[in-house]
Amino acid sequence: MSQPDLIVKDLQVSVDGKPILKGLSLEVRKGEVHAIMGPNGSGKSTLANALMGHPKYTVDSGQMLLAGEDIGELEADERSRKGLFLAFQYPTAIPGVSVANFLRTSLNARRKEQGEGPIPVKEFRTLMRSHMATLKMDDSFAGRYLNEGFSGGEKKRAEILQMSVLKPQIAVLDETDSGLDIDALRVVSDGVNALRGPDLGIVLITHYQRLLNYIKPDFVHVLVAGRLVRSGGPELALELEEKGYDWLIEPEAANTQA
Amino acid sequence: MAEAVDISRETYTEKYGFHDTEQHVFKIRKGLDHSIVDEISRMKGEPEWMRDTRHKALDIFLAKPMPTWGGDVGAINFQDIYYYVKPTDEEAKTWEDVPADMKRTFDRLGIPEAEQKFLSGVGAQYDSEVVYHKIKEDLEKKGVLFLSADHGLKEHEHLFKEYFGKLIPSADNKFAALNTAVWSGGSFIYVPKGVKVDVPLQAYFRINTKDMGQFERTLIIVDEGAYVHYVEGCTAPTYSSDSLHSAVVEIYVKEGGRCRYTTIQNWSNNVYNLVTKRAAAYKNATMEWVDGNLGSKLTMKYPSVYLMEEGAKAEVLSIAFAGKGQHLDAGAKAVHLAPNTTSSVVSKSISQHGGRAGYRGLIKVAKGAVGCKSTVRCDALILDEESRSDTYPYMEIEEDDVSVGHEATVSKIGEEQLFYLMSRGLSEPEASAMIVSGFIEPIVKELPMEYAVEMNRLIQLQMEGSVG
Repeated sequence: MSQPDLIVKDLQVSVDGKPILKGLSLEVRKGEVHAIMGPNGSGKSTLANALMGHPKYTVDSGQMLLAGEDIGELEADERSRKGLFLAFQYPTAIPGVSVANFLRTSLNARRKEQGEGPIPVKEFRTLMRSHMATLKMDDSFAGRYLNEGFSGGEKKRAEILQMSVLKPQIAVLDETDSGLDIDALRVVSDGVNALRGPDLGIVLITHYQRLLNYIKPDFVHVLVAGRLVRSGGPELALELEEKGYDWLIEPEAANTQA
Repeated sequence: MAEAVDISRETYTEKYGFHDTEQHVFKIRKGLDHSIVDEISRMKGEPEWMRDTRHKALDIFLAKPMPTWGGDVGAINFQDIYYYVKPTDEEAKTWEDVPADMKRTFDRLGIPEAEQKFLSGVGAQYDSEVVYHKIKEDLEKKGVLFLSADHGLKEHEHLFKEYFGKLIPSADNKFAALNTAVWSGGSFIYVPKGVKVDVPLQAYFRINTKDMGQFERTLIIVDEGAYVHYVEGCTAPTYSSDSLHSAVVEIYVKEGGRCRYTTIQNWSNNVYNLVTKRAAAYKNATMEWVDGNLGSKLTMKYPSVYLMEEGAKAEVLSIAFAGKGQHLDAGAKAVHLAPNTTSSVVSKSISQHGGRAGYRGLIKVAKGAVGCKSTVRCDALILDEESRSDTYPYMEIEEDDVSVGHEATVSKIGEEQLFYLMSRGLSEPEASAMIVSGFIEPIVKELPMEYAVEMNRLIQLQMEGSVG
């Protein structure tokens, strides 16, 4: 089998001097969907932010490799242009910048990296509209200011829209299901499923099993107190649904105290 | 270009900060006194009343103390300035007749191209005089006047005299007095009753000579029910010594008329820009100032509207973007002198690299001006720790039955916003530029498309200082 497209090796990350991830390892290949589940405070969002290179998250040790290249020292924009994507749990509003303008600028930044010229306006519009249709977004959405006054569902759809246009190799989806009602969840999941395929590896971070009914993972990992304590197939998610996280937390807590 | 020093905006020098070899037909000696004023007036062959006006204005200028508020004007040495540099013998009506160097300069600045594509008329001033002036024939046939102020005085003396200095008398402030004493160039516009000039008229002001002062004078009269959009742009070479630009602009908008005056001020960072701009709006007339300030070392400019009669409206949209070594004290004034008049001010100031940008404004409602409405909104965006923003919103309300609102916000570019944009592949400067573009979007979307593009391009240019 080929080398994994994303390799996380014994990653230790702290925030404001407080260790959060305490040696996390993960391998993701394109075409795979890995679900990372865990209780609140286990380090799920830290993993997402550290992968993307948020300056507030300090990598103390370990490695992150994207397509074999160490990305640990790269800025977020460089990681993005190399094919990493993060769908944010809480996307930030950028007043005055339209969705369309933002998408085109981002896409052009990526194309420039690949030695291509800017996308012609017409071609871009067609591309954007087709993805918006998949996500059941009205055309007028393109003219709205990014995330400003968006409902929870609109924000998440906008994230998946960006992912569709930017076509990453590895996408990290941070609690994409949070704040969504069942209809919105279905639309967003359909959007993600439409992108699934041999060219995309997905890391799906979620607290609840619910999302996994819509986006079927190939692998499930359980994150507790900064470490992956269990890995398995989709059945592990069901087991968590049934038993909760406590049975995994207790031995872990005992370990820490020892 | 050896003496050109780039103060902060790295690409400014290359794009705008170049200069031509001096090739004026006349350059007055440095300094300011009555004999200089006399000589300027004589060279222009002016009527006596104008020469007298100039001399009186000089006395007022000399008598008035320097302003101690706003920005630091203490370093201006009034005796070390050329007050009059005449570039050509006469104004050209075709670009072919403009001397090659000057034509090349305006070509680099894109003026002839813009004229062809989207303007009704263009005036191009180079140092002290307008070297090119033209208005489309169909407008001329409708009686629209668009001339250099000098030609306005020569060809329409009666009209010119009726309005000149009435709204901004010499005694208004020290720099208005200075301008009145040594004014040269600028625009004179008259739009007859009911005539709508749908496509903008533009004037472009270019300083070329080192150590000079540019003192254009603009007079705009929009008659009843008429409309005009006037746009001005300006740039200058980047010199190691300072230049002075001190203009006076007077505008009259008669009953039911509308005037929009758009400025994209992009002087080099060695120019003192001390300008007085005032409009009078009569019954149901509308005056709109769109004031974009990106350049200059110091700008003190507060476009004003005097709401003279019932139903008059004022709108001011102001942008100031200050970088290293720049202090932009921008703002607005609305003076409600009649009932049921309205004013709206939106100001967006941005500062970075130790720059200082601010809003200074006055809303005044006179006794008896009942039913007035005024809203002021000032937003400031500070891009780094060294930079500064000031807001001075003054209000003088002498009437009870009015509605006056003021809102101000100050924000810094947030780490989360930057990270979000960077996670989509934008470099940090690109991300900052996008946040800034979004910040000024409510104003930029009011501009004609070509100027909106220009404004965003200038913002990008201003942001490029952030690289490395």
